[in-house]
Amino acid sequence: MPLTESLRDDILASVPSLRAFAISLSGNGDRADDLVQETLLRALANIDSFQPGSNLPAWLFTILRNLFRSDYRKRRREVEDAEGNYAKTLKTQPAQNAHLEFEEFRVALDKLPQDQREALILVGASGFSYEDAAAICGCAVGTIKSRVNRARSKLAALLYVDGAEDFGPDETVRAVIGGNG
Amino acid sequence: MKDVKSPASKNTTPGKGGLNAEIQSRIGHQLRAMYDDVVRQGVPERFAELIRKLDVPEDTSQVGDNGGSNEQNGRE
Repeated sequence: MPLTESLRDDILASVPSLRAFAISLSGNGDRADDLVQETLLRALANIDSFQPGSNLPAWLFTILRNLFRSDYRKRRREVEDAEGNYAKTLKTQPAQNAHLEFEEFRVALDKLPQDQREALILVGASGFSYEDAAAICGCAVGTIKSRVNRARSKLAALLYVDGAEDFGPDETVRAVIGGNG
Repeated sequence: MKDVKSPASKNTTPGKGGLNAEIQSRIGHQLRAMYDDVVRQGVPERFAELIRKLDVPEDTSQVGDNGGSNEQNGRE
């Protein structure tokens, strides 16, 4: 459909969640905003292919995700390097406050395989249905479900095994996580 | 999305997926806290401007400049 004022407003209204998605995917604020910008330009240039009445956020998220994946590989190595070093410094000290816990969560999230991370974010944070998430990722609904489950298990293992004493879980928890990983 | 720091309590019974429910909900809270933190920042001026510059078709006189490649954007 042509770009109308209301469509333009709807696109604008999607920007905050597009940014959140981009930051969650890339783990890097500057990179994320570049992604959002590319997404908006691409969406506006291809606005004729947007079906009126269909899910605008899902359409925009699909564009952003495809852009992210298209240059993910070249960046992957440097990102992993930075993460590895950061994770090491975290491990040497106990989590002492909420901020550190937050950073730890970030680092753990960035360690997930890309497929799992995006599925978890789309369903668990963006609030898309499994069906919408599957459409955005171009895969089956069952695939999304299993990716989300694996993402949760892996995050639990990364976050709550090594730093278990921070959260005071008992032996049951360790056994559960250990048995799961 | 309040406090994501609530201590793990006694109810650490394993959930159906093998993941304990307390941990699952912690992960959910942290994920949304991280995400909503960004959502609450709203629309940075950079993007508001970019979108505003792209006028709707009635008035194509000032189709946006977005780094130089204006021509293809305003046309269909």
